[in-house]
Amino acid sequence: MSYALEICKLYKSFPGARRGDEPKQVLANVSFQVNDGEFVSVIGPSGSGKSTLFHLIGGLEKPTSGDIKMQGRSVVGEQGHIAYMPQQASLMPWLTVAGNIELALTIAGVAKAKARAQAEEWLSLVGLAGAANEYSHVLSGGMQQRVSFLRALLSPQRLMCLDEPFGALDALTRMHMQTWLLSLWEADRRSVLFVTHSIEEALLLSDRIIVLSAAPASIIHELHVPFPRPRSEALWSDAGFVAMKQQLYELLRPKSEVFT
Amino acid sequence: MDNKQNRKFLPPVIVLALFLLIWQAAVRIFDIDAYVLPSPASIVKQGLNDWSSLLQHMKATLGITLLGFGIGAVLGFLLAALLHIIPGAKAGFYPLLVLTQNVPLMALGPLLVIWFGFGMMPRVVLITLVTFFPVVVAMLTGLTQCDPKLMNYMRMIGAKRAQLFWRLELPSSVPHLFSGLKIAASYSVISAIYAESIGSNKGLGYYILLKQRGFETAKVFAAVAVIVMLSLILFGAITLLERMFVRGRVPSTSSRLRRKKGEEAS
Ligand SMILES: Nc1ncnc2c1ncn2[C@@H]1O[C@H](COP(=O)(O)OP(=O)(O)OP(=O)(O)O)[C@@H](O)[C@H]1O
Ligand SMILES: [Mg+2]
Repeated sequence: MSYALEICKLYKSFPGARRGDEPKQVLANVSFQVNDGEFVSVIGPSGSGKSTLFHLIGGLEKPTSGDIKMQGRSVVGEQGHIAYMPQQASLMPWLTVAGNIELALTIAGVAKAKARAQAEEWLSLVGLAGAANEYSHVLSGGMQQRVSFLRALLSPQRLMCLDEPFGALDALTRMHMQTWLLSLWEADRRSVLFVTHSIEEALLLSDRIIVLSAAPASIIHELHVPFPRPRSEALWSDAGFVAMKQQLYELLRPKSEVFT
Repeated sequence: MDNKQNRKFLPPVIVLALFLLIWQAAVRIFDIDAYVLPSPASIVKQGLNDWSSLLQHMKATLGITLLGFGIGAVLGFLLAALLHIIPGAKAGFYPLLVLTQNVPLMALGPLLVIWFGFGMMPRVVLITLVTFFPVVVAMLTGLTQCDPKLMNYMRMIGAKRAQLFWRLELPSSVPHLFSGLKIAASYSVISAIYAESIGSNKGLGYYILLKQRGFETAKVFAAVAVIVMLSLILFGAITLLERMFVRGRVPSTSSRLRRKKGEEAS
């Protein structure tokens, strides 16, 4: 069977900052799969190499060794096969909100008129219709992230890679966005690889959670999240949820380095 | 908006007015000869007397300036794009391009006259040569220094080389292009004046040469005033274009701060 994404024994090290420095090992022997239509979260300490993992999947960097396959085919060094939301919003300042979404879609091969129509339709669906013709520098950080998220959501690639999509949002908006994403995704199940720092967020959204150690990152735990769908925030007070949260919290405490 | 403009223009205008007053007074008090230093009032008077001739020469200068500037700007833009797109081209040509800027105009001007004759050609070529360099430098800077965050994003979503150029590098270098054009604009006027003083029978450069020889210093000053106005008009036109093209984005931190302050004040 072929996976939406298959990471095989991935290693990545960067050359040292100065000549003579030791190379910096960021990923060490990372292997996991994402099934078609599965929602997988990656959780790990800051600086452990989560964004680097995305850069490898997206073909921005090449792994030191190991393989990355999509639908059974190696995609190492190839670009354009994922819908991507970077950690920093990365909107083009010379384009309007709608223009930014249109740009992402046309680069992914969507016809211009269709891209435009889709951008406008979805902006009004998420209550951002008023901002469609604004330039990004007048948007709040949270709004920029929502636009950046929408851009990834509308991109036609089958695998979505979201790097801390709700990181810059306030708690309330974040919760709202989580339930919104949940309902969207449960209606149309794409394969998702999702980086987050929030244990609750990972538990609420994912089918599976991958826990990375501090750098050099390797997988210290993999957790199936058994709660039935459709889910809602009501889950937060569920006894099973609380127990898993506690378990993950223990894993992620700084002493977790002992495990590696 | 009007208020903001006033606030910006008022201080230099006041300083200039004071300066002219002192100048006028000094010429009176120390009884300076008109061919050494004419008073501002006599400059205006003489300039108005000779206005039709000044206007005619100004038109000639404006003509070759715009022609040379236009050709230089287009060539500069194209060359920058080529040097950027063709791998290795920048490394090979850019240092040599910088070297060419050390050729003094004094040596180049007469040579161009020898090569291209006494027509308009040598003047336009000179202005073009002077104009295109700042455009190339500014444009190349813009093309190579686009936001790495945006570059990474575009590559991750699979943008091809041509898409990177048209949809990222080119738009993000537009503000740089305009700062290059502004520098080139004042260079182009100055070099037009110089070119007219060596191989021409019209234009403000020629006019100045003529009046200098006749010790009509006031008219020389009048011509200088016209040249300054010409430069300002060209500069203003480019600024206007910049506003049209760079609308909606943040051209630089300083102007963003300015805008913020303006909002607070209003
Ligand atoms: N191009 C690079 N060259 C050298 N080192 C790099 C490069 N990119 C990332 N690193 C290093 O790799 C490590 C992992 O960085 P990465 O951004 O992947 O972490 P992260 O898990 O995404 O962190 P955060 O949760 O804070 O976003 C860091 O120590 C970083 O300094
Ligand atoms: Mg990161």
